[in-house]
Amino acid sequence: MSLPLFRIGFMPLVDAALPILAREQGFAADAGIEIDLVRDMTWATVRDRLLYGHSDAAHLIAPLAIATTLGRGRAAVPLCVPFVLGLNGNAITLSTALGDRLGLGDGLADPMALGGRLKTLALQRLAAGRPLRFGVVHRYSSHNYMLRYWLAAVGIVPDREVEISVTSPPFAADALAAGEVDGICVGEPWNSVAVDRGVGRIALVTAQIWRRGVEKVLALQTHTLAERGEDVAALVRALHAAARHFVAPEAVAENAAILARREYLDAPVDTILRAITDRIRLSRGAPPLHVPDFMFQYREAANFPWRSQAAWLYSQMQRWDGLPVLADEAKAAEAVFRPDVYRAALAGSGATLPGASSKLEGAIGDPLAAGSTQGRLLLGNDRFFDGRAFDPDDIAAYLAALPKG
Amino acid sequence: MRIAIIDTSSTRAAIISDGLRESGLHDLVVIDAGQPMLRQLEQAKADVVLINLENPSRDILEDFFAMSRALARPIAMFVDQSDTESMGAAIDAGVSAYVVDGLSKQRIRPVVDVAVRRFQAFSRLQTELAEARTALADRQSIDRAKAILMKRRGLDEPAAYALLRGHAMRTNRRIVEIAESIVTSDALMGEMP
Repeated sequence: MSLPLFRIGFMPLVDAALPILAREQGFAADAGIEIDLVRDMTWATVRDRLLYGHSDAAHLIAPLAIATTLGRGRAAVPLCVPFVLGLNGNAITLSTALGDRLGLGDGLADPMALGGRLKTLALQRLAAGRPLRFGVVHRYSSHNYMLRYWLAAVGIVPDREVEISVTSPPFAADALAAGEVDGICVGEPWNSVAVDRGVGRIALVTAQIWRRGVEKVLALQTHTLAERGEDVAALVRALHAAARHFVAPEAVAENAAILARREYLDAPVDTILRAITDRIRLSRGAPPLHVPDFMFQYREAANFPWRSQAAWLYSQMQRWDGLPVLADEAKAAEAVFRPDVYRAALAGSGATLPGASSKLEGAIGDPLAAGSTQGRLLLGNDRFFDGRAFDPDDIAAYLAALPKG
Repeated sequence: MRIAIIDTSSTRAAIISDGLRESGLHDLVVIDAGQPMLRQLEQAKADVVLINLENPSRDILEDFFAMSRALARPIAMFVDQSDTESMGAAIDAGVSAYVVDGLSKQRIRPVVDVAVRRFQAFSRLQTELAEARTALADRQSIDRAKAILMKRRGLDEPAAYALLRGHAMRTNRRIVEIAESIVTSDALMGEMP
């Protein structure tokens, strides 16, 4: 008898690793399911295949799952997220020329200090009628929100003082090389590809902006969850096993080789290996630098879909779409993340299960023991670089205190 | 009603344009893939935009439309909620449509229907072309294998073909597979006395 099948849409990015490894390393079969992977080059097409039944689940940018549920730019279709595919793993790469102008050194820049220098230059370029332009992977992406969070916090007004446009990840290095953008905020391996081509320099990683920023998620239509609850639970277990394997030091070389294949990322294996081992080459020819927590795929219950993460994304969506925070909408956005499904799927396994479903985001400095219903949960530094914390129960007050866009 | 067509295949774009013209829709703009897309779109001021699903510019396009909400002509994805099958058929065919706000469904449906039929026709043509190429390659392999058999075993053409066919039937393989192995082994061992 054939196993229940999940066709999973994905983009060629390092953080598509878990569904790929679940298929290739047998974790899906162990969980009693089969995974087929469907690769696309735009998030719009990954989303449309999910909405029109070409795929059953998708590797998706988290804000797009929320935007689709809320009906931004198209008719609303409810999606759900039972599993987070990882935290962070993105970087801000500046064109070599801009990097030189800003005096980037051998290490990663300090977000505040770099922001100050960037502000001066941004205003000069604006006055000269050639505003700086940054590329992000999608309007509804954490990349867009992280970049804007940083810019606004250092006193640069996005859209007015710098332009922000959309650049597809596999073409980001080309856009830098052609001078279409002065900087990009994209996922790996596309920053490293730009660095190795000598067209860009990595200035910051997004983990420096928010140490535990939610990144890609596994998204499904809610009717799939309702109709195939047991299969979805098996998929969550397969992805969790793949996440544990992903961080095992003895597995990284083989994992990188699998991800590099033509049908998956179709990218140089060395760039992938650097990304998944938190060793980042900042400029061409430089030795890779160890960047702790660059990608965060497993520890500290990283795959648990905290409702407060969805709430933070909703806060930024309203901030940059220029719309008010509505209580009902905030609730609907939070409800896209399904910690209950995650818990039920992994009950009785070795996985750590947080007791709460929501938390203050950005409030932890030193590692803190947190309540759990299974396993021991120790949460590490989750700070935003400006020291602010996000209370999901008071989004309006949080936004009121942030710099105006 | 002005319709803009964005397609990575200029042949398919031409086929779609023809179809729309045949349906009496003459106000068409085909976006030139070699020029900046957004500038052309801005100038086109289209009411309907058709784009192939696998076009790598779709996210850029959707961002442009999202910004257009603040402008005079907001454009959104065409989602016919009264008939999800129609959008599903479009996605299946590999095309997506965006329409200017307020345009009636009755006017858009025929456009989408034509695009879907032309996309399907195009992919049928491609399949047929691929099949024709394969058939030609098969024919060439079989002819070469026959020539090898005729020369080596001193057979005439019907006998060489009968030998190929008989062996294929006995081993439950296709004639072209047998022919290819003969051609390959001849290439490897052709110089042997």
